Amino acid sequence: MISVLTPLPVLLPLLGAAAALLVGGRHPRIQRTLSILVLSAVLTVSVVLLVIADRDGAAAVSVGDWVVPLGIVLVVDRLSALMLVVAATVALGVLVFAVGQGSADGDEETPISIFHPTFLVLIAGVAAAFLAGDLFNLYVGFEMLLTASYVLLTLGGSAPRIRAGITYIVVSLLSSLVFLAAIALVYAATGTVTMAQLAVRLAELPEGTQLLLQSMLLIAFAIKAAVFPLSAWLPDSYPTAPAPVTAVFAGLLTKVGVYAIIRTQTLLFPGGALDDVLLWAALATMVIGILGAVAQTDIRRILSFTLVSHIGYMVFGIALATTAGLAGAIFYVVHHIAIQTTLFLVAGLVERQGGSTAVDRLGGLAKASPLLAVLYFVPAMNLAGIPPFSGFIGKLGLLEAGIADGGWLPVVLVAGGAMTSLLTLVAVSRVWSRAFWRPPAQAPADDTARAAAADAGPERRPAPVAADGHGGSTVVDVGDEDAPLPQDRQAARRAAWERHTAVATATAPAEDGLDGDGAAGRRPLRPLPRVMVGSTAAMVVVTVGLTVVAGPLYGVAERAAGDLRDRTPYISSVFGGEEVP
Amino acid sequence: MTPTVVLPVIIGGLYAAGVYLLLDRSLTRVLLGVLLLGNATNLLLLSTGGPSGRAPILGYADPEDMSDPIPQALILTAIVITFGVSAFLLAIIYRSWRLVRQEVVGVDEEDRRVARRSSTDSDEIDPDDLDPADRPAGHADSLQSEAEVEALLAQRRPGVPSDDVGLPVGEGGER
Repeated sequence: MISVLTPLPVLLPLLGAAAALLVGGRHPRIQRTLSILVLSAVLTVSVVLLVIADRDGAAAVSVGDWVVPLGIVLVVDRLSALMLVVAATVALGVLVFAVGQGSADGDEETPISIFHPTFLVLIAGVAAAFLAGDLFNLYVGFEMLLTASYVLLTLGGSAPRIRAGITYIVVSLLSSLVFLAAIALVYAATGTVTMAQLAVRLAELPEGTQLLLQSMLLIAFAIKAAVFPLSAWLPDSYPTAPAPVTAVFAGLLTKVGVYAIIRTQTLLFPGGALDDVLLWAALATMVIGILGAVAQTDIRRILSFTLVSHIGYMVFGIALATTAGLAGAIFYVVHHIAIQTTLFLVAGLVERQGGSTAVDRLGGLAKASPLLAVLYFVPAMNLAGIPPFSGFIGKLGLLEAGIADGGWLPVVLVAGGAMTSLLTLVAVSRVWSRAFWRPPAQAPADDTARAAAADAGPERRPAPVAADGHGGSTVVDVGDEDAPLPQDRQAARRAAWERHTAVATATAPAEDGLDGDGAAGRRPLRPLPRVMVGSTAAMVVVTVGLTVVAGPLYGVAERAAGDLRDRTPYISSVFGGEEVP
Repeated sequence: MTPTVVLPVIIGGLYAAGVYLLLDRSLTRVLLGVLLLGNATNLLLLSTGGPSGRAPILGYADPEDMSDPIPQALILTAIVITFGVSAFLLAIIYRSWRLVRQEVVGVDEEDRRVARRSSTDSDEIDPDDLDPADRPAGHADSLQSEAEVEALLAQRRPGVPSDDVGLPVGEGGER
C-alpha cells in the first residue's frame, strides 16, 4: 500500500494544478473546490503515511520500478512523513484563508485563476523535497517550489512586489546554483546522487573533500533556510506579498531548507565536522534576528524577523547532533511551521481590520475586534514560548538538550536562546500593546505624518519632527522647504492621508487629537469575512492542539531523531537490507 | 584519456564573469550574470561525467567506450529549469522597467524608515535624501502622461538622456 500512497503527495497537487489551470478563471467556484479537495486528500494521505511510517519504520519506493541506484527513489521515514502532515495542514488552512480573501476582494489582491494552480505546484514541490531519496530530486523539488514561489510573490506585479521579488528570485537562483554545483562535485567524487548510497560512499572520501562538499551543501541550504549571514533576503521580500502567500512562505519554505540541513548533517555527513560553525551560526541567527524584530515597526516585518530568529533554534538542535537535540529541533520545526503561518494570517486580518500593518498607525484593535485580539494573543504568546504552549515545550526540549551536551558553547547558546525567547516576548507584546491595546488617539502623530510623507513618494522630504516629540496634529505641514507641488495636489494628498489615518485607527478623524477616544465616532470598518476569520481560528486551534498532543508528538519526534542518528533504517529501506553497492 | 584543461578554464572564466555581472545594480546585467553562472554550473556537471565517449546506447557501443549518461540527464533538467526561470526573471525586469522606468535593484523603503528612527534623524544628510536612482519604485504611477515622466526625469537627471529618446511621446505603451 505504501508504494501506492507515497507518490500521491506529489502527484495529486500536480494533477490538481493542471485541472485547476484548465478550469481557469471561468469557473472559480469549481477551481476553489478542486484545490481544497486536492489538499484535503494530500493531508489524508500524509496522515496515513505518518501512521504507517511510525509503525513500520522507513520505507522506500522506486518510481517506475527501476533498479534502486538508477531510478528515482522516494523515501518515507518518520521525519518526512511528519513534515508532510504539517505542511499539508498549514497549506489547507492557508488555502481556505485565500479562498475567503478572494471571494471577499474579487481578483485584485490574488488573481485566483493563477493563484490556485501555482499554490498547488508549490505544495507539490514541498512534498517532492520531503520525499526525495536522491540529491538531484531534492534539487528538482526545490526548484518546483521556488518557481511557484516566484510567481506567488510577484502576484499582481505591483511595484513593491516586483522590487522585493527581484531580490528574492536572484538570491534563490544563486542558492540553487550553489546546490547544483555541489551536486556536480558530489557526483564527481562518488559517482552517485542517491542519498542512501552517498551515506556510505561519502564517508570513504578524504576529509578535505568531505568538508568542501558538506560546506557547499550547507551554504545552499542555509540560504534557503535563512540562517544568519545568509538571511538578509527574507525580511526584505516576504512582507510585500499577499497575506496568504507570506503565510505559506513563512511556514513552509524556510523549513524545507531546515529539513535539507537535517538530512545533510545526519544522513550524509554524520561526522559533525561543522557542528561548531553551525552552533555559532545558530547563536547569531537567534540574537541578530530577534534584535531586528525589536527594531521594526511593521507587524509583517516583525514576524519576518522572528521567523529568521527562530530558525536559529532549529539549527541549534541540529548542530548539537544528539538525539535529544534533534528531537527538539524536529518538534520545534513542527511547532514553528504552524505558529508562524498562523501569525501571518492574523497579520493579514489586522491589515483588513486596521487598514495597515504599521504598528505606529494602529490602535484600539482589541476594542474594535475582540476576536481578532484573541486570535493574535494566543499564537503570539505561543511564539514567545510562554508555558504551557507548544513553543515553551519545544524551547525547553532544546535548552535541556543544550545543557545535557555539556560543552561551554551549547551553554552559551542556551543563554542566547533564553534571551531570544524574552526578546520575542518584547517584540510581540509591543505589537499587542500598541496595535491592540492603546486607544487609537494615542498613535503618535509625528511618526504617522512622517510615514505619510514617506508614503507620499519621493517628490518631497519628510516633515521635520516637532521638537517635543509629538506633533500635536494628525497632519504635519510638510513640504514647505521644497514647495514643489501645486496647492491643490498638496491638499488632496493631505485629505487622503487624513482618510488613511482614520482607517488605520478605526476612528473618524477626531476633532481634538488628544482625546478622540470618546464621542468622536468609532465606526467599525468592513466586517472581517467569516471564511478568513474561520480559517485563522482553525489554525489557532491547531497550534493550541499541538500543545495538547505534545506528548505523542514529541514521542514521534524522538523516534524520528533516533532513526536519523542511527541512519541504518533509512539506508536499509532503500537497499532492502542488502549490501550497499 | 588525458584530462582536458579547456573545461576547467571555461568554467572558471564563466563563474568569474557571472559573479562580476551579478554584482551590478542593473538588472539586465544581473540576468546575464545568472545565465553565465547557470552555464558554468552545467559545464561543471558535464565535466563530472569523466572523459567523453560514444553514445550510451546498448548495442551501439561497448560499455567501456560509453560516456556517462547520468550527468547529461542531470544537465538537461538543469537547463530546462534555468531556461524557465530566466524567462520569468526577464519578464519581471521588463515589468519593473514598465512600472518605474528603471531596471536597477531597488532599495527597501521600510529599512530606510526604520533606520531613520535612530538618533541620526537630525542629520542634514537624511537617508531619505537619496540619489534619485535609489528612490522608491512606484511613484511614476502617479504621473499622468509620458511627457510628465520625461519632464521629471529630465529635471532629476539633467544631462542623462532618457531611454525614450527618439521615440514620439506616448509610444511607451499604456500606463
